[in-house]
Amino acid sequence: MAAPMLRWVGRGRLWTFARVDGGSCHRREAPTGSTSNWIRGQSSVAQQPLYTTQKPRKGEHKWAAVVGLEIHAQISSNSKLFSGSQVRFSAPPNSLVSFFDASLPGTLPVLNRRCVEAAVMTGLALNCHINKKSLFDRKHYFYADLPAGYQITQQRLPIAVNGSLTYGVCAGKKQSQVIPKTVRIKQIQLEQDSGKSLHDDLRSQTLIDLNRAGVGLLEVVLEPDLSCGEEAATAVRELQLILQALGTSQANMAEGQLRVDANISVHHPGEPLGVRTEVKNLNSIRFLAKAIDYEIQRQINELENGGEILNETRSFHYQLGCTMSMRDKEGKQDYRFMPEPNLPPLVLYDATSLPAGADPQQVINIDQIRETLPELPSVTRERLVQQYGMLLEHSFTLLNEVGLLEFFQNVIKETRAEPKKVTSWVLNTFLGYLKQQNLAVSERCGSDVYTEESKCSDSEQPFMDALTVCDVNVFSLLGAASPVTPSALAELLDLLDSRTISSAAAKEVFEELWKREGKTPGQIVSEKQLELMEDRGALEQLCHSMMEAHPQVVMDLKKGNPRAINKLIGLVRKATQSRADPAMIKEILEKKLSS
Amino acid sequence: MEVLFLLSVSAALKQGQITPTELCQKCLSLIKKTKFLNAYITVSEEVALKQAEESEKRYKNGQSLGDLDGIPIAVKDNFSTSGIETTCASNMLKGYIPPYNATVVQKLLDQGALLMGKTNLDEFAMGSGSTDGIFGPVKNPWSYSKQYREKRKQNPHSKNEDSDWLITGGSSGGSAAAVSAFTCYAALGSDTGGSTRNPAAHCGLVGFKPSYGLVSRHGLIPLVNSMDVPGILTRCVDDAAIVLGALAGPDPKDSTTVHDPINKPFMLPSLADVSKLCIGIPKEYLIPELSSEVRSLWSKAADLFESEGAKVLEVSLPHTSYSIVCYHVLCTSEVASNMARFDGLQYGHRCDINVSTEAMYAATRREGFNDVVRGRILSGNFFLLKENYENYFVKAQKVRRLIANDFVNAFNSGVDVLLTPTTLSEAVPYLEFIKEDNRTRSAQDDIFTQAVNMAGLPAVSIPVALSNQGLPIGLQFIGRAFCDQQLLTVARWFEKQVQFPVIQLQELMDDCSAVLENEKSASVSLKQ
Repeated sequence: MAAPMLRWVGRGRLWTFARVDGGSCHRREAPTGSTSNWIRGQSSVAQQPLYTTQKPRKGEHKWAAVVGLEIHAQISSNSKLFSGSQVRFSAPPNSLVSFFDASLPGTLPVLNRRCVEAAVMTGLALNCHINKKSLFDRKHYFYADLPAGYQITQQRLPIAVNGSLTYGVCAGKKQSQVIPKTVRIKQIQLEQDSGKSLHDDLRSQTLIDLNRAGVGLLEVVLEPDLSCGEEAATAVRELQLILQALGTSQANMAEGQLRVDANISVHHPGEPLGVRTEVKNLNSIRFLAKAIDYEIQRQINELENGGEILNETRSFHYQLGCTMSMRDKEGKQDYRFMPEPNLPPLVLYDATSLPAGADPQQVINIDQIRETLPELPSVTRERLVQQYGMLLEHSFTLLNEVGLLEFFQNVIKETRAEPKKVTSWVLNTFLGYLKQQNLAVSERCGSDVYTEESKCSDSEQPFMDALTVCDVNVFSLLGAASPVTPSALAELLDLLDSRTISSAAAKEVFEELWKREGKTPGQIVSEKQLELMEDRGALEQLCHSMMEAHPQVVMDLKKGNPRAINKLIGLVRKATQSRADPAMIKEILEKKLSS
Repeated sequence: MEVLFLLSVSAALKQGQITPTELCQKCLSLIKKTKFLNAYITVSEEVALKQAEESEKRYKNGQSLGDLDGIPIAVKDNFSTSGIETTCASNMLKGYIPPYNATVVQKLLDQGALLMGKTNLDEFAMGSGSTDGIFGPVKNPWSYSKQYREKRKQNPHSKNEDSDWLITGGSSGGSAAAVSAFTCYAALGSDTGGSTRNPAAHCGLVGFKPSYGLVSRHGLIPLVNSMDVPGILTRCVDDAAIVLGALAGPDPKDSTTVHDPINKPFMLPSLADVSKLCIGIPKEYLIPELSSEVRSLWSKAADLFESEGAKVLEVSLPHTSYSIVCYHVLCTSEVASNMARFDGLQYGHRCDINVSTEAMYAATRREGFNDVVRGRILSGNFFLLKENYENYFVKAQKVRRLIANDFVNAFNSGVDVLLTPTTLSEAVPYLEFIKEDNRTRSAQDDIFTQAVNMAGLPAVSIPVALSNQGLPIGLQFIGRAFCDQQLLTVARWFEKQVQFPVIQLQELMDDCSAVLENEKSASVSLKQ
């Protein structure tokens, strides 16, 4: 296992990755800043994972953290995994519950073909071996939102195994380099989601909503190849993008469509792995990184202080920023796995094994699904780099922001401007404005859903909290869309490209566009008279008078200080209210100076 | 009872000799007269009469739905019936009214059958006597038959005959008693280890367990999903075939039903000649516990086939003796799992304790289940524990495969049908029966029937003759998987040869009513 080594920074100091908080705050303040922050929570760990204790003891303590993830992705399907009930987020409680979902006696599971196809597709996209035969098992535990007393899952023989997920971690001084990393995928299994328990502490009662009970989940189990919160966060983000590209899951963490449990341990390199803890139900990428890094540091502290790590389940307290033992009263759960007797083995076919004359409605052909695989994010990025000559990290940003790639491609389609120019405008100016105002590229779901959820204290995850987190998906939660359309930006870039306006004027137009007054860039330019000064004679005249008004600067220039010309250019531009092309001003000035 | 069989009464309905309403009322009055048998948990009188009325209209308009239109049937109380209480004879489901019909119930209703009511059973079908449900034991109608009573009078040792009534066998004893006492023409049982065939043998009926996968289990409240099959209890093989014809076929709601079409309708070809048949006699089924009477009937039956030209072979099913213990592990494990849903939250019984959810679960389940159910849950959870799973569950599954392979090997050796006893002996008196606990009794009583469930094969118990005591004895035929039709064809030939006597109940019915009066207090106290 290639786990980078960690050494502890200092006693008593929390292991916080400064960038986790700083990064997002910085971005809010300076929207036009770095474009390389394609994932929240960059820590310095990725490039520099070595930490030493404040007071190094004999044989300096080095720690390596080992992190494995179990990711539950809700399958995007019309109906549930084993019943015909609809799948919909935010429907009235218990309105999407079939007799089977409520576990009425005598009801039986019927496997949803779409969910199987989604699992196969996801498995293929993650380079898995697809098992032609897989089995379903029952996992037993008593919980009020699990009405059957067991969950149907795939414990013994899952549908897909032995895959890999490649993701990129930022490195370099400005975090602008992307280093590819790979995490192995142990398996992908199909299983049922549970219902939701809403604990009303005031009336000390628990309300059960079974709308989610029985929704199909893909459990993606990663091998413990990760070594810190950032790696975990970036790997999950990449998985999220893949699922969204495939359409197999909407993978919206705030809606609980993607949930992550992390298994974490630390040990001295070369020694056996340490005792691991499991941190459950991490519902945002930022919390995921925070929780893992906190837990790594907690374990190091514990061990350095002579304590021991208990094999326990912990939850992440999002407000305190720490993990806490969940104190399982029952002790260790024995799930008493058993084969699900009501479902025959799930048999899949490929071109070679497909029985002749098989009813296509009754069989699933792996090869056929392989042919329908869409372009995956890594390929899209490569294409962007090739096609538009952008930097790899720019391609990451384009994909990471919901809807941004589509916006970019629409602008490209409509403008004559250089792709590099478009990239720069979309990633710097446009994205900067969006982030400053917490807006999404395109309009998505409303926010009323979240307030409704927050009325009850949900044991699993406080939904409201997701809103306070500066997370990629959160922008879309606010439900407001960008005021600048791709066509408007395209028109603006055309004006710039045709040298109708200067880039300074373009920025001004952009700001006007942002006000949503319904004017086109062309209208704004003519109203504000922002056209570039095309009249060379007038500009020459202006340059001439500026040189006369500032003889000292001209002297400097003639003495051999070539930078002094910039001052003159600036003065001329100012006099034209930025309407003149600086290149033209420079040319005129140089001509005049040399004559 | 002038019309004994479903097919004959169906003909009478078609010819207008009797109307569905008349037939329904006749059966309802018999249900009332034989209430002391405790065959029914719920009598759905209103539903039945309404269905009869509709059936009558259809007959008048010449739009009969077929052989089952207007035929009174009964359904074991572990099949979900929409709008009709379904209890499984358990406190846990007392008052539970399902919102849907089991597929088999729906299919019968779609054919125009009249649902007379829900029949008694052992709690959650766990038992072999129909004695262990919360509504009290079912009494075998043969206890009150002329045949049995006359024999008893001859026996100087017989004591108080009224309290010496016999069990029906189980767990589908209510369905067996209902058919045997002429309160309906066919009844659904369920068969997990012999629960349909065992009471059929004790009540002088045809008890048919179809191939696993031929008939939908959707709506059958499960005991052991991998072995449960809806069973059919009738007074003759042809009637069972008619009902099977209505029930068999794939069900999109049960993924274990098989799609390969089976010849429909299930009309049985008449078998004039058995000379091409090969009958297998499993030598392992000849065990010391087998009563001499059953053994001798078994051997006579084999002789009959041989004398009629069939080849009769001794075959070996070497893993038979492991079947009971293997069944115990698999059955209790699935029971532990299947019973997990009964937590008092959404339906069924809920205790008054509300200290915590866990306390509520515990008390609800303690109050809701009887000792037998709780015992099986406990054993099953033990076998499923991580540390025990390999040593018990996985081993039992392997043994199950060996048992199933035994049958495959026997059939591959050229045998068409196996002939075995159904039970060790005829029905025993209740007081005798309850001397042993449920587990011991189930282990003994399922011995010939339950391996069939492990292998998913079709099997039928056919009443053969009366014992010295005047009680029915049945023999079992076991067929190849999905060769249900062939199996029933052979069974019908055999049925014709043995001419099993009709139960003589009618002339004693008045007497029985008197008995009923005497026992009323006892049965009431059982229900409370």
